[in-house]
Amino acid sequence: MLMMILKRLLMAVPSLIGVVIVTFLLTRALPGDPAAYFAGPAATPQAIQEIRVKLGLDKPLIVQFGRYVDDLAHGNLGTSLTTGRPVATELRNRLPASAELTLLGLIVSIVIAVPLGIIAATKPNSAIDHACRIVSTAGVSLPVFFTGLILIYVFYYLLGWAPAPLGRLDVFYTEPPHVTGFYLIDSLIARDPETFVAALKQLILPALTLGIFSLAPIARMTRASMLSVLSSDFVRTARASGLSTYTVIITYAFRNAMLPVITTLGMVFSFLLGANVLVEKVFAWPGIGSYAVEALLASDFAPVQGFVLTMAVMYVMLNLGIDVLYGLIDPRVRLEA
Amino acid sequence: MKRRDFLRSVTALTAAAAVPAPAAWSPAKAQSRQETLLIVSESGPNNLDIHGVGTNVPGYEVSWNCYDRLISHEMKTLPNGTPYYDKDKIKPELAEDMNTGDMSVTFKLRKDATFQDGTPATAKDVKWSFDRSVTVGGFPTFQMSAGSLTKPEQFVVVDDHTFRVDFLKKDRLTIPDLAVIVPCVLNSELVKSKATEQDPWGLEFTKLNTVGSGAYKVTNWTAGSQVVLERNENWKGGPLPKLKRIIWRMVPDAGNRRALLERGDADVSYDLPNKDFSELKADGKLSIVSTPYSNGIQYLGMNVAHPPFDNVKVRYAIACAIPYQKIMDAVMYGLAKPMFGAAAEAPTEVAWPQPHKFNTDLAKAKQLLAEAGYPNGLPDPIQMSFDLGFAGVNEPTCVLVQESLAQIGIQTTINKVPGANWRTELTKKTMPLFTNVFSGWLDYPEYFFYWCYHSGKSIFNTMDYQSPQMDTLIDGARSAAATGDTAAYDKDVKGFVDLAYADMPRIPLYQPYVNVAMQKNITGYQYWFHRRLDYRTFAKG
Amino acid sequence: MTDIAASPPRESSIAALTKHARYVLSENPVTGFAFALFVLIVLAAVFGPHVVPYDPLASDTSQSLKPPNAHHWFGTDQLGRDVFSRVVVATRLDFFIAVASVALVFLMGGLAGVAAGFFGGWTDRIVGRIADTIMAFPLFVLAMGIVAALGNTVQNIILATAIVNFPLYARIARAEANIRRDAGFVEAARLSGNSDWRILAFQILPNVFPILVVQMSLTMGYAILNAAGLSFIGLGVRPPTPEWGIMVADGASFMVSGEWWNAAFPGAALMVAVFCFNLLGDGLRDLVDPRRRT
Repeated sequence: MLMMILKRLLMAVPSLIGVVIVTFLLTRALPGDPAAYFAGPAATPQAIQEIRVKLGLDKPLIVQFGRYVDDLAHGNLGTSLTTGRPVATELRNRLPASAELTLLGLIVSIVIAVPLGIIAATKPNSAIDHACRIVSTAGVSLPVFFTGLILIYVFYYLLGWAPAPLGRLDVFYTEPPHVTGFYLIDSLIARDPETFVAALKQLILPALTLGIFSLAPIARMTRASMLSVLSSDFVRTARASGLSTYTVIITYAFRNAMLPVITTLGMVFSFLLGANVLVEKVFAWPGIGSYAVEALLASDFAPVQGFVLTMAVMYVMLNLGIDVLYGLIDPRVRLEA
Repeated sequence: MKRRDFLRSVTALTAAAAVPAPAAWSPAKAQSRQETLLIVSESGPNNLDIHGVGTNVPGYEVSWNCYDRLISHEMKTLPNGTPYYDKDKIKPELAEDMNTGDMSVTFKLRKDATFQDGTPATAKDVKWSFDRSVTVGGFPTFQMSAGSLTKPEQFVVVDDHTFRVDFLKKDRLTIPDLAVIVPCVLNSELVKSKATEQDPWGLEFTKLNTVGSGAYKVTNWTAGSQVVLERNENWKGGPLPKLKRIIWRMVPDAGNRRALLERGDADVSYDLPNKDFSELKADGKLSIVSTPYSNGIQYLGMNVAHPPFDNVKVRYAIACAIPYQKIMDAVMYGLAKPMFGAAAEAPTEVAWPQPHKFNTDLAKAKQLLAEAGYPNGLPDPIQMSFDLGFAGVNEPTCVLVQESLAQIGIQTTINKVPGANWRTELTKKTMPLFTNVFSGWLDYPEYFFYWCYHSGKSIFNTMDYQSPQMDTLIDGARSAAATGDTAAYDKDVKGFVDLAYADMPRIPLYQPYVNVAMQKNITGYQYWFHRRLDYRTFAKG
Repeated sequence: MTDIAASPPRESSIAALTKHARYVLSENPVTGFAFALFVLIVLAAVFGPHVVPYDPLASDTSQSLKPPNAHHWFGTDQLGRDVFSRVVVATRLDFFIAVASVALVFLMGGLAGVAAGFFGGWTDRIVGRIADTIMAFPLFVLAMGIVAALGNTVQNIILATAIVNFPLYARIARAEANIRRDAGFVEAARLSGNSDWRILAFQILPNVFPILVVQMSLTMGYAILNAAGLSFIGLGVRPPTPEWGIMVADGASFMVSGEWWNAAFPGAALMVAVFCFNLLGDGLRDLVDPRRRT
């Protein structure tokens, strides 16, 4: 097992290097001039040139890249121009916000999509099957930012059920003492049910927005996987031995059908982390996605590089985690490894 | 957790000044909405110190409210009842007395004023702060130079509470320039103790900490998300502000900002589309205050160094083709002052901004274009650029202009430039056609013209306009103002306005309004030259 | 899951496919419905600009922000332009973005993947590394970065969408080609003296093609969503060009003030198109691989 993990980590190294190089080149191709930005309004060309020299932007690209890699090796992700803070600190502070939102979005999605997939699989090609398919496909057919704006319009502006879309907590609440950075968990640790409820309320709409967007892949995978399991021999045997449909589906089929679904979840999670950049902007969510978008539009190199690198590392770890999990659940995989 | 360390250090500082710990640490219930102002805007500060490298405009707002300057302006009341800064009346802030001599000005400082850590604010702090602003480079240094303040030797500590500024030359803008945001007074000992060899002015420290004697201090700042300010209970620069706490949240989506205001969750926003302001005004549930930008104009600029806009006839043709009124109605929703269509016989005034005499007249535009040698319109499409950061106004404006120009045979493509790159593009002075807004902090015509029309290297002469005659008039007005020669001043001002409209390198469209939407129970809004909010006068209830 | 032996002789394959298609359509009315929508979209894309009642670019500020009425079925926007005309005319551009980006990724990803699967070795390793690297990016941010760096033109939006989808196509094509590399009919072709390239072009590609077509339909929807997302952050096509995504993004700011039609109609058009491409993809999957629906 340990060997497998090590091997997988080694295999990820080239693509991480690729990510570092591509991101570096991409950010340098952005049209903005950080020196002009730094120099502020009313700066003379000489002043801008001085700052360019100070920031090392007058050096050839390869030298700049060398400096960047050197910084990276020392754990220094640089400083953002637009927020004036070290990128590493910012990402660390903001990651929990994004992770909490994305995880909850994933949970919402699973809670809706898995039953949909199971129902669809039990009666393939029936009206219910088609309905499930239409519902889950419809969810992925609207741009996420638009779904979010509609939800805010209806549930906050018109009905007043949802709290103001002002980020993770209502302004008049204090954030719970930092333990995990997840407000839901931290408020429980602090035994502060009021803050827990407040944080949950803020999370509902954005999580729902993300959840709706990821219904389709999970429902589709559940359905396909259930179908193949339901037609397998051991289910047929179970049915033949007179077990109730419910028992067959839940106890026998569902358990076995979940393995491929878990693999999908990893993909969906990283897909959601990407989609989340727009959702965060809509809900004024202080996560890493909105941070990266703003930075990219401002041609602010360091946060974009830091963000992409963080996401890439997370992606690798996530896939590794899923493989390990898979191996633990399914003994056949372990043997093969 | 850096932010928490930061909070803790601020707590320690404030504890010394016998101020209660920031409310961010007390239980939610104890916090009173009544004493808190919730502001929403699109973007927030990137630096809490205006002397910092690349501090953005929201950062200026923090500086204005957290630091004192020696002097400030009195308020006057506009006809619509809005308090408006009086550019001619100076009032003391950290100083209690000002004495202007022939070639210097002497300030007596308040004896009771202290910084937020309890250290008295003295003349050496003022000197250090002024030295810093003329030395750090970039925007603060440039702004100081606009008032002929360029050398540390000009700033003299007479005694602990007496401070003198020596003039290099007579300049009418020197005193007003001491009342802008840049010459703020910092706690020099505290900053010096944080300075390093690479950072002799302690910019890294003041980027994250407000260390002034001002009315507020920042207790929590999450970049791009929120700024929390608490009142300085020992402020001596004016009457104690009514509001204990200011929470400033960044809400990127304009629709959400309006929703927050309409539902009563946010107290103030100055950052909404014009359409929303005009509707909310008509609706009457919120109070909306609209004030024209002082010394500001939205214009359509043309690069006069290159064809086809090096031909004044072509520029006139454009000026005749702009659908001014459509822009006023469909883009500005009437929330702007027209800068076009003055009566043909209207005399030029000694004032700025003032309207030009062009109106939308496509037939005349075609004729002018024909006279310029383009009877069938321009042969190649022209790129028209705008700042995406203000797309709400710029994009529909450009679309309307594009459509109108197409009717006289000028094809254009629209180029959206992301906000952060806009300045870079301006500096290059290569955009053939673009729209932009400029407004000067100091409300004097020669100040505006110096920035926008002078052949010097100012980046706001975005048209690359070079005219020795214009330069003579502008320089003439500046020296006439310094010596108080009214007749010469008036003649030069009229002269450069006339010349600007005769050469028409940029076409003024309108003077925009600063709009602020507030809940009905919020009072005390004042218009300042910097157009940002002054929290010190706000009250709730 | 896919069986090599399931590749029947070519002559009868067309007839069989038609028969099978008829079966799938009758079995699955949703696919039929999606196909009808698809035809509608294609018609709008082809004839839209000729039949709309108004010039989609003509402003009329006296008519700005009018709700849907007899003259303007979908109302008018801020500049008084007819929303209906804009929505219909936008179909062509959106359809083009979708088709072009998919065609491009099909060429890049599909060919690279087939080559990787067929030749293995270094080709495989290089293609695999490229795909891995792209996959490790947060995809939307990569698309944003490409468009921001190269400029927000239609071509670059298409290119960005194609690059982002590259790994998906490369992997599928690789897997399918790899399975068939040593299949009986390939061996037969090889033994009868065909070169590797010939086998690739005439034996492998035709068999991988249908599987990629399914994917293409699904990615077409993604391409439109991607363009919409880019518009929302200001990287969409140049104004005043009508495009659904940019209309939704611009119109969204009018929702709170009650002018819902600015966002709702382009939003609906966009949703219908993406919805249709997705359902069609599902249907095509059934068509190509009947076993998936057992």
